[in-house]
Amino acid sequence: MNIPLLRLTGLTKAYPGVVANKDVSFDIQPGEIHALLGENGAGKSTLVKTIYGLVKPDAGQMQLKGAVFEPADPRAARAAGVAMVFQHFSLFDAMNVAENIALGMENPPPQREIAAQVRQVSDQYGLPLDPTRIVGELSAGERQRVEIIRCLLQDPKLLIMDEPTSVLTPQEVSILFETLRKLRDAGTAILYISHKLEEIRALCDAATVLRLGQVVGTCDPRATSARDMAELMVGSSLHVPHKAVRPEGEVILTLQKLSAKAPHRFGTALRDIDLTVRRGEVLGIGGVAGNGQDELVAALSGEIRTRRDMLMMQGKSIGHLAPNARRRLGLLAAPEERMGHAAAPDMTLTENALLTAVTRQGLTSRGFVRWSKARDYASAVIKGFDVRTPGPANTARSLSGGNLQKFVIGREIMQNPVVFVVNQPTWGVDASAAAAIRQALLDLADQGAAVICISQDLDELMEISDRFAALNGGRLSAPRPAQGLSVEQIGMMLGGAHDMEVADVEG
Amino acid sequence: MIRLEKRTAPSQFWTYAAPVLAVLLTMICGGLLFAALGNDPLITIRTIFWDPLFSEFSWYYRPQLLIKGAPLVLIAIGLSFGFRAGVWNIGAEGQYILGAICGAAVGLAFYPTESVFILPLMIMAGALGGWAWAMIPGLLRVKFGTNEILVSLMLVYVAQQLLASMALGAMRNPDGMGFPGSRNLARYPSATSWINEGAGLHWGVVFAFVAVIFAYITLSRHIFGYHVRLSGQSPRAARFAGVNPGLLVLVCMGIAGALAGLAGLFEVAGPSGLISIDFNAGYGFTAIIVAFLGRLHPIGILLAAGLMALTYIGGDIAQSNLRLPAAAIQVLQGMLLFFLLAVDVLTHYRVRIGTRKLA
Amino acid sequence: MDLSSINPILLLASLMVAATPILLAAIGELVVERAGVLNLGVEGMMITGAVCGFIVAISTGSPWLGFAGAALGGALLALIFGVLTQVLLSNQVATGLALTLFGLGLAALLGQGYVGIKAPPVAKFPIPLLSDLPVIGPVLFRHDPIVYLGITIIAATSAFLRYSRAGLILRAVGENHEAAHALGYHVIRVRLLAIMFGGACAGLGGAYLGLVRVPQWTEGVTAGAGWIALAIVVFASWRPWRLLLGAYLFGGVTVLQLNLQAAGVALPVSYLSMAPYLATILVLVMMRSGRAPGSLGQSFHASR
Repeated sequence: MNIPLLRLTGLTKAYPGVVANKDVSFDIQPGEIHALLGENGAGKSTLVKTIYGLVKPDAGQMQLKGAVFEPADPRAARAAGVAMVFQHFSLFDAMNVAENIALGMENPPPQREIAAQVRQVSDQYGLPLDPTRIVGELSAGERQRVEIIRCLLQDPKLLIMDEPTSVLTPQEVSILFETLRKLRDAGTAILYISHKLEEIRALCDAATVLRLGQVVGTCDPRATSARDMAELMVGSSLHVPHKAVRPEGEVILTLQKLSAKAPHRFGTALRDIDLTVRRGEVLGIGGVAGNGQDELVAALSGEIRTRRDMLMMQGKSIGHLAPNARRRLGLLAAPEERMGHAAAPDMTLTENALLTAVTRQGLTSRGFVRWSKARDYASAVIKGFDVRTPGPANTARSLSGGNLQKFVIGREIMQNPVVFVVNQPTWGVDASAAAAIRQALLDLADQGAAVICISQDLDELMEISDRFAALNGGRLSAPRPAQGLSVEQIGMMLGGAHDMEVADVEG
Repeated sequence: MIRLEKRTAPSQFWTYAAPVLAVLLTMICGGLLFAALGNDPLITIRTIFWDPLFSEFSWYYRPQLLIKGAPLVLIAIGLSFGFRAGVWNIGAEGQYILGAICGAAVGLAFYPTESVFILPLMIMAGALGGWAWAMIPGLLRVKFGTNEILVSLMLVYVAQQLLASMALGAMRNPDGMGFPGSRNLARYPSATSWINEGAGLHWGVVFAFVAVIFAYITLSRHIFGYHVRLSGQSPRAARFAGVNPGLLVLVCMGIAGALAGLAGLFEVAGPSGLISIDFNAGYGFTAIIVAFLGRLHPIGILLAAGLMALTYIGGDIAQSNLRLPAAAIQVLQGMLLFFLLAVDVLTHYRVRIGTRKLA
Repeated sequence: MDLSSINPILLLASLMVAATPILLAAIGELVVERAGVLNLGVEGMMITGAVCGFIVAISTGSPWLGFAGAALGGALLALIFGVLTQVLLSNQVATGLALTLFGLGLAALLGQGYVGIKAPPVAKFPIPLLSDLPVIGPVLFRHDPIVYLGITIIAATSAFLRYSRAGLILRAVGENHEAAHALGYHVIRVRLLAIMFGGACAGLGGAYLGLVRVPQWTEGVTAGAGWIALAIVVFASWRPWRLLLGAYLFGGVTVLQLNLQAAGVALPVSYLSMAPYLATILVLVMMRSGRAPGSLGQSFHASR
């Protein structure tokens, strides 16, 4: 065999209280797409940051083409031919595409030349992009193209991609895969980080699986079943949520031409959303990030007020009501961002329980907080949802992402909502916690509540929803039964093809 | 190498120890400063921090502590609500002046009638004056998104000019033989805020203690206090919890303005006695230091105001006995705030020395 | 009252002079804010610069060394702010206020022996040929070099931010410090440099007040000029050339009210003296300000 492009030997990195990487060793060959597979918290991010020079390992060694590789910072890594596309894009909203690209290069040519190069590379790899546009106004898919082109202009030997498909529509995913295959054929190695097994099977030539910071196996993904890889990744067999067949319930919530202005410059306006939600159903809403998900949750939770009759609950107009008045009626919500939106990071769990449970749990009397009752409620949520923490006096920040998510969702579910709206319920949550959260949503629907689940994870939506709708540019498609929807149909809905019904009749 | 590591929760120990450490560091650096100015550092430090309380003349200085401390407590308590909620009203000096002007106007209008209703009316006018002055930046922020830091500060300069025009014009003492300044309210029995001048006790002292208790209960027990803290820490979470951000800005501004106005009124009707050009002693700005030094906590503010009043009185003594320049005390107070902000890092971060463990 | 005693050409010429200290302080703060840092200590740095400049000018006899000393003094004071907010991660609003309070005290302390002394004169530097033009000549081209320096710094800053690599990096740091860090830029180093530049500019502006505008040392000589500079940065939507407009607007209001005072307008002096502050508030309200740098005012700590 040739000298590997990158050889990792015994990489170890510990943070206080957690070993992120332990004795990690594997090789990446030139011109291969190598998958790095693992759950959230398995240590994938730390490992790639080590390769990219953002983190210094405590022990171990890296070799690039046989020579010792110890990048002091990302510039050194870039100079050595390592480029990276981040999961949360490292882009600057207020600047244009060319400026963003210049910032990722060592010795950038003048802006005009960059613009020309961008056009050339985007033609070559089928990634259309206008170099003069302001990045804050681009879609998620376009923003990713900025990152990819920024890397490609460096002519990298190794391209690291961290969860690149989480923000893309199925159509955009297949475009991306085409691009990556072209790159591989041109000799570039790609380290592809994901927890989506089907993607890896479709794209990658080799796979390394991480669990709890350690390498637990390598395999050829084309020859290994998704189930085997999943068990390697999780370490035990997966719990698949149980979905009961429920009778169709009464209409509980109606949205009538719900519209709202964009709350900030790079936000999305909601346009004429019509929807009816019934008791006992899970309505899944898909869509690429930034198409109005946050705004829809805010309009339902009461953070954004609308005209009063745009939102009806059990026959009452509630569009004008404040969040706590809606909670009193049983309309509860859990926004996507846990830290700083659904929960206050520096406050204790008791204080965070008070955040939304004050009305329905009667946690105040005459305006004075009943702290002991709040503490009891926080403890009940911790117990009921298996939140791993020493107790309710700990801050929200001290919890891991998955545990905080369980707390946030538990806090709402234990208030017995009539309608529960949740955005990205399992984002950044490990597989077992995700399964528990999905099961809790299904149980809630079984008990007769209506659940509106907004997510970018289509597999999740297909697993739990009864009906499916898609958000695109602040508009919502007509919901369709989730059973039997094909990937193509979903992709068309996500892409905003609202005349699909007509197409169906013709087809 | 020294690194900082974020704590998962603020350190209990350093929350209390940091202000003490800041005071010690200030004494050390202040001593160096005094030495550089040609004073004996130890004697100067003792004159400032010890003599007002325990020297042979302390019977005279101790009541001064109440007189200087009360306005600081009143203003700082008001500011602490806003500072906790992320509302940066730094124009308390202006609200303090307006409270004094409005309160004095009521008192002067009744002169020389005697009635038990005059002082309560003045108190209301003082609070309203400060409140109204604070509503200007508050409403501008809520309605137009105008930066309240800059507006409230600009209004301090406007208030100072207004004060000057009052002292020279509308409120000038008709029997004052042309000297600038109003009648002396402290010598007008129905309007004076003194309860016992010899003991340094005036109604402002009473109100200051009431304000501390009120603030303590509101912040720790009432849902409004919870909303204030939540808004400061996570504005988005506060909105999600149902807090109306605009209303919260107005209430916080209003509390700060009314309390600053009260402080001004009590000052003009007691220790100062009259509206004059140099009536204000910069309490509105020193109160900002007090609020931070007291960690925006009511009890902390009480202690911090005591300490700051001590530096004022001690500074006066040092000025007359040791010829220490007045500005040196201002530098000392600024230093104290710097050190407090610097050692605060220990509350939220852990300091680690050395980066990697060897494998 | 005699309004005819106000000479419009002289008024415009003195407007440029009156605007210069605010202009200098504001361009420094603009760079600081474009790097994502909110330094509310401009007033403190200005007055420290003023006193440092005055002392150096008196003791060396050279106003130019005075200006250099002022810039150094302002930068050193700004460094305190930089270390506190960038290294020790203190709250920028509180630290900026502390810097102002400290600066006012420090200036009063340093300036004690200098009250009432007259500063060495700063020579005017009429630009050849251009200064002989009618009207425009006396208004624009018969000033001291610092007036021209202020405009040069604006031009240089504008070009720096727009065209240079370092300017691009500075804007990136201010826009999204997490992303800039991920790309390998040294957020704290960039910010410290910007903060020191801001301090130097504020110091220059302060020295201009003490050496040219007044020209002697008095306590509180800045009288809120630093805060007005902060307001102008917001007014200008963080764009250098618009700063010029804002500064001239305020210079105009200041000069006009001084002229009205001299002309004996019926309004009491104290009401006229309110004008610049009220104008500032008015402008802050009317300006729908542009978008502030994305990371403005937030502490940066590189975790993991």
